[in-house]
Amino acid sequence: MTGQEVTKIVGKGVYVAGNDIDTDRIIPARFLKCVTFDELGPALFYDERFDIEGNSKDHVLDKPEHEGAGILISDVNFGCGSSREHAPQALKKFGIKAVIAESFAEIFHGNCTTLGIPCVVMQKQDREKMAALIESDPEAEIIIDVEELQVVCANNSFSISIKPSAREAFITAAYDPLDTLLVAKDKIEETARRLGYSSRGES
Amino acid sequence: MAKNLFQKVWDDHVVGQLDSGQYQIFIALHLIHEVTSPQAFGMLKDKGLPVAYPDRTFATVDHIIPTDDQRRPLADEMAEKMIQVLADATDEHQVEFFAPQSGSQGIVHVVGPELGLTQPGMTICCGDSHTSTHGAFGTIALGIGTSQVRDVLATQTLAMDPLKVRCIKVEGELRPGVGAKDVILHIIRVLGVNGGVGYAYEYAGSTIESMTMEERMTLCNMSIEGGARCGYINPDKTTFDFLKGTERVPSGQGFELLTEKWQSYASDADAIYDDEVVISASDIGPTVTWGITPAQAITIDESTPDPTQMEGLDKSLVDDALKYMQIPANTPIKGTPIDVAFLGSCTNGRLSDFKKVAELIKGMKVSDGVKALAVPGSEKVDVAARELGLNKVFTDAGFEWRKAGCSMCLAMNPDKLIGNEICASSSNRNFVGRQGSPTGRTVLMSPMMVAAAAIKGEIADAREVFGLE
Ligand code: SF4
Repeated sequence: MTGQEVTKIVGKGVYVAGNDIDTDRIIPARFLKCVTFDELGPALFYDERFDIEGNSKDHVLDKPEHEGAGILISDVNFGCGSSREHAPQALKKFGIKAVIAESFAEIFHGNCTTLGIPCVVMQKQDREKMAALIESDPEAEIIIDVEELQVVCANNSFSISIKPSAREAFITAAYDPLDTLLVAKDKIEETARRLGYSSRGES
Repeated sequence: MAKNLFQKVWDDHVVGQLDSGQYQIFIALHLIHEVTSPQAFGMLKDKGLPVAYPDRTFATVDHIIPTDDQRRPLADEMAEKMIQVLADATDEHQVEFFAPQSGSQGIVHVVGPELGLTQPGMTICCGDSHTSTHGAFGTIALGIGTSQVRDVLATQTLAMDPLKVRCIKVEGELRPGVGAKDVILHIIRVLGVNGGVGYAYEYAGSTIESMTMEERMTLCNMSIEGGARCGYINPDKTTFDFLKGTERVPSGQGFELLTEKWQSYASDADAIYDDEVVISASDIGPTVTWGITPAQAITIDESTPDPTQMEGLDKSLVDDALKYMQIPANTPIKGTPIDVAFLGSCTNGRLSDFKKVAELIKGMKVSDGVKALAVPGSEKVDVAARELGLNKVFTDAGFEWRKAGCSMCLAMNPDKLIGNEICASSSNRNFVGRQGSPTGRTVLMSPMMVAAAAIKGEIADAREVFGLE
């Protein structure tokens, strides 16, 4: 309806370890000085990746073996903090197509979903195993199956969960809800009137 | 059937259910600011869509506005451009804009309540996570992303999953020197930074009921730091008294009718919750953070944690946090020297915050070498504080009294930490690099405790510094 269906995601993985990785880390506030999201890719995790002079700190995202990785794996409460859509936008522009973690902060989760980036929940032992697999073979192909709720990596398969409404939206390509929301124009107006919330010019 | 406030407000605002299983929810009040919202107008333009309910959206600038010289054009070209883009978009779509020097500009979560735009029973959205602040008035108040700002502009609705509700009851009288900020830091410490995921928090109990509206806003403000999608307090007489006489609330008979309606949204006495937590006010002390999440907090008389007593991820999280903060393990937090004291933000930048601190610091001096900032949350707070002569009390003590804005809470304007400076801050986030320097350090605490730290030049116990026992 609003984009491509998101049913399978295939790519290399990269493990960014840590709990409570907040949106200020994903995209520091100074990069929010912009009127479009276009330039955000290179600023992803900037202060973790570069020192004050801009020299590489050899962050895992910048290791040559992880170049082009499209699936980011992390730990608990990924994306906590601010509502800035700049965070998932930066991930997307950087080339990240899905995030796997133990849990996600909700606003971040919602923002990712709208952009067609699945937030995939995977248990700790499985993530640890995935991290080890990626470390030993960074080229290993990871397949996230959104419909079957399964991840396959180097002949191992792991079960995952995705919030049901998000999964449904990915499969039906309805993750950007705007068109669906617009359809209900009359019902919206009805609700507004019932609640006494008039639009301009009416009372 | 008995319902809690969340269920009542939700049910009232449901437009319908979507195929994905989510619900389409009507948004009563939409607030926007210059950082997360101008892009949404661009998205509308791409789709050729108008703003559906322009008189239900209000705009202000807060994040990037300098707090010293606010004359336009701003020295920072990008900041100027961001304001201009917002000004043009609101102009084009006939959205009311509280521009600098309009008398109503300020931090979005200070402005909404003080104008009376925020009213009980509403659904409220803003492209800003601390929208939870407005829950203090008995609303469902949600931070949203830019694409959702677009959705609200285009349809005045949002696609959303329902939330569970956890009732957090705080009972009893707070001890001297303990306030709303300590209560919420304590709650986050107990329940964790992701304890609230999937939940709306309802704050109830005698401690909450006896709080002023400004204290309630401080509390609800940080719901999001506990992982909750929103937090709220049932509307009561305190709420109605606050709203009475505000600019956008009708007076006279209209007001009586409104309060009846507002009151009806309060949770029923026998409402059912998905979870309940009881906290005793007497367990809460003046609380400060030692780490890089708001849950990494202790009371002023405690010592920092000892990672040698921990294992695995817990150990590494504590190790990393202490290392970043350059604070020793297993050591009293009291006495940690500070470089900067910041009083302001949407958590604690309201008139009562400055009033309370002014009473305490009168005749005292900020410690040598400490840069101390007092930044009103809005132009109205600034004017009211000046009328009371509070600005003078602050400047006499050695604080800089600034103009309204987010200032050093997020440091998107020129107010920033430098290098690894450490800041005693009344704001809400102590994340790595939050206050503008990638190595800067933030210690969260109440305004009273910030004042004590400013006077002593180190993290101090406000009860001792100001003789509050
Ligand atoms: S004061 Fe801080 S937390 Fe509040 S809106 Fe501004 S930047 Fe966000």
